[in-house]
Amino acid sequence: MVTAEVSERRLAIPNNPITGLLLAIPAYFFGVWLGNQFGLIDDQNTGVILGYLFATAAFLIGVGFLNYPLERLFGWPVSPVSQADENRGMGRFFRLSLDHKVIGMQYLVTILLMLLIGGIGAMAIRTSLLSPNSAITPPGQYIMLIGLHAVMMIFITSAVIVGPFGNYLVPLMIGAKKMAFPRLEALSFWVVPPAAIILAAAIFWGGFPTGWTGYPPLSEQAGQGMDSYIVGFTLIAIALVTSGVNMLATIITMRAPGMTWTRLPIFVWGIFTTSILGMLAAPVLAAALVQLAMDRTVQTSFFLASNGGSNYLWQNLFWFFGHPEVYIFILPAFGIIMELVPHFARKPLWGYRTGVVGLFGVALLSWFVWQHHLFVSGIAPVLRPFYMLSTELISIPTGIIFLVTLGTLWRARVWYTVPMLFCMGFLFNFLIGGISGVYLSDVPTDVTLHGSYFSMAHFHYTIMGGEIFALMAACYYWLPKMTGKMLSPTIGRIHFWWMFIAFNSTFFPLFIIGILDMPRRVSSYDPALQGLNTWVTVSAYALFGSMILFAANVIYSLFFVSRVAVANPWHARSLEWQVPTPVPANNFDRVPLIVAGPYDYGIPNARPVADFGGMVGAIGGG
Amino acid sequence: MSTFHIEDADRPHAVRLAITWVILSAIAVIAVVLFIHYPPGDQTIQGADQASTLLLLTAIAAPVFVGVVMMIIYSAIYFRRSGPELVDGPPRLGNAPVQVVWIAGSAIIVLFLAFVGISTLATNSSAQTVPGQSSATATGAGSEMQVQVIAQQWYFTYRYADYGGVETTHLYLPVNRPVELHVTSLDIIHSFWAYQLGVKADANPGVDNVFHVTPQKTGSFQVRCAELCGIWHGTMADSQGQVVSQSDFDTWIAQQQQDYAAIQQAVPSYAPFYFPLPLTKGS
Repeated sequence: MVTAEVSERRLAIPNNPITGLLLAIPAYFFGVWLGNQFGLIDDQNTGVILGYLFATAAFLIGVGFLNYPLERLFGWPVSPVSQADENRGMGRFFRLSLDHKVIGMQYLVTILLMLLIGGIGAMAIRTSLLSPNSAITPPGQYIMLIGLHAVMMIFITSAVIVGPFGNYLVPLMIGAKKMAFPRLEALSFWVVPPAAIILAAAIFWGGFPTGWTGYPPLSEQAGQGMDSYIVGFTLIAIALVTSGVNMLATIITMRAPGMTWTRLPIFVWGIFTTSILGMLAAPVLAAALVQLAMDRTVQTSFFLASNGGSNYLWQNLFWFFGHPEVYIFILPAFGIIMELVPHFARKPLWGYRTGVVGLFGVALLSWFVWQHHLFVSGIAPVLRPFYMLSTELISIPTGIIFLVTLGTLWRARVWYTVPMLFCMGFLFNFLIGGISGVYLSDVPTDVTLHGSYFSMAHFHYTIMGGEIFALMAACYYWLPKMTGKMLSPTIGRIHFWWMFIAFNSTFFPLFIIGILDMPRRVSSYDPALQGLNTWVTVSAYALFGSMILFAANVIYSLFFVSRVAVANPWHARSLEWQVPTPVPANNFDRVPLIVAGPYDYGIPNARPVADFGGMVGAIGGG
Repeated sequence: MSTFHIEDADRPHAVRLAITWVILSAIAVIAVVLFIHYPPGDQTIQGADQASTLLLLTAIAAPVFVGVVMMIIYSAIYFRRSGPELVDGPPRLGNAPVQVVWIAGSAIIVLFLAFVGISTLATNSSAQTVPGQSSATATGAGSEMQVQVIAQQWYFTYRYADYGGVETTHLYLPVNRPVELHVTSLDIIHSFWAYQLGVKADANPGVDNVFHVTPQKTGSFQVRCAELCGIWHGTMADSQGQVVSQSDFDTWIAQQQQDYAAIQQAVPSYAPFYFPLPLTKGS
């Protein structure tokens, strides 16, 4: 009996992360052994890189990625992982699942845990900076901390909106029952935990000294910790490409009938544009990382001036990825802000098409600005005016985002819920982040500000003050749909004001510190700046406290008070709120027919957004 | 929608906002011009340029910042729901003239800033020349004084091409004499940042990165490394840089030539850059 054989086989090797880890450990040592057999130099880099790659492959096999190809190859019956109905219960969150809602939750929990680790790294950095002369943390540990904090945060911010909310919400918002490529979607999640573990493993090698930019030749001089950076970042590049391809295919091909491009929720447009960037930019990073790995292992010299290479090659490849990368962070955040504001303002999105053009404008221009990171690096001076202009041009589409949001607020009757507060906080923070970006795009002022705390404050204002505030808005807004529980609005309000004040109190003084000539990434600095740095450190502790309050709110609201969320607590029109909570396994009993736009508030005789063909809707429930 | 038309209900808000914006912007512009000190000061012509560009940017940014923050606060006060009921706002889908004005306005600001920046680059002597194409030689004494900055883990040294290529541990510059800085590295990427001079230039191995600076005031300046270069990056600094008078400089450089005469025998002759040291891993 074939079926009995199959179930025995599945019993014999249960596919879960524990199996994955148990397979990964011997695979790592096998890789190290193999690498050391033909490593050209005696410092194990080949072995460590092979070890990480073998361990990742073994982990993915243990989780169950090989089952389906083998089953198809040998004609075995396909195991039920692909059937959404069997995949219920808490255990589904700990297994390979092809349900986009489960993958979204897996992403959310994983990334919030990584955020905690990255945040602890930030606290360690700020603690170290209480002393102007490395008295608290030795310099070696300090640059290890900044490297780990930076790369961990880059991993997180690449995926923190697209991963949880993109995967969970895009099919619900466009009226699809699943994503276009569920296995690819699962893969884009399951490479993230190995990437985080491999990155954290750098601690055992003393970390890596390069920050997140990995500039050679320093990164070629570095010890085996650098190999964690290379492999971990490559896995994140794989996650970006797979998730980008999948999102694009889903949004283009899986929209429900009637979901025309102009009825697409603007958040989906944010995911769409960011996916284009992820799909096209991450391969450039992967290529550069392979070159760096080859330089470190088989003694090529792509980046070594002493052997005919050039470190400019890395700088160009890295920033050709790196600048679109920062828009990969922020475009879905723009999408969240423009998505939430109409629902709480109870007005149609003001200038929907202009907003979409703004998103595409940012996405397009992001390819033409990367050399503004190299203004003082010795690039040809004739290039500087062009990159200065192209960088400043990005203010125009970014300004459109503000215009659309403020236009939507105009004469509205805004319902100031917790998500709405975070949207307003986003606008304030991102305004400062955007304006400070103009200072850095201007070559004469960039000569002073480049590489100082000013630029560090700038990108924390855009990423932490922008993307993470948008993330918080998204959590308060969509977690009721995803978990079935309302987060406490009282704690939420305290959380917002605490986080908003602590954030600005932490990062605004860093502009001043930068202007007063403190370079980034230093463990010892001018003692005259100790007062300001102490202020920043205390504020940073308060900021961390606000994040702990958020975690406490989530735990308290989910497990201690059960404020069960109704299907549509915000009385929003958009499609994802019209399905019941918890969302059924197949999302929609029948594919809905979309008959109206998601933001048609106040329009006389506006129809409900979709015709569910007899399905019991939840419109206005509660 | 296509004609520029202010609805009656919009008018009180628009008037109130416009008047407040003009008043607050004027106050903000005056404040940022008068009460903020802009780095890096006026020790060099280039530094003064940077400070004035910073002032210009801030003066332009202030009304933008004031306007948007005012909109945020105004909508939080006047556009909030008053009762417990959800009320839909006026269903307006957009306003083409307002969008055109906003986009055109931001485009004008941006193009103006780019114009100012590009003309600064084109006209003033801070314009950096193409790396590797300088005429720096041991004897090349043009109108600009040639000074080479050599970075290595974890300190800077300086060679004065016009004074026999003497290598010193501190940077002294004569006042009112244009200087051509040639920045290079012996190992990895550093960045030579002399804050008060208004100079930041990456030091790449095998590359001659040229910057120009003209000191116009005497005094000391701070040198730091601005590119992460390993564990002692934070201590790669020197606070003993000096801009001095020409006569003091002549005395100082003569003293240096005398002090380092013996060492000078051992260092390689002056060149645009030096063959980088082989890398050692795990150091």
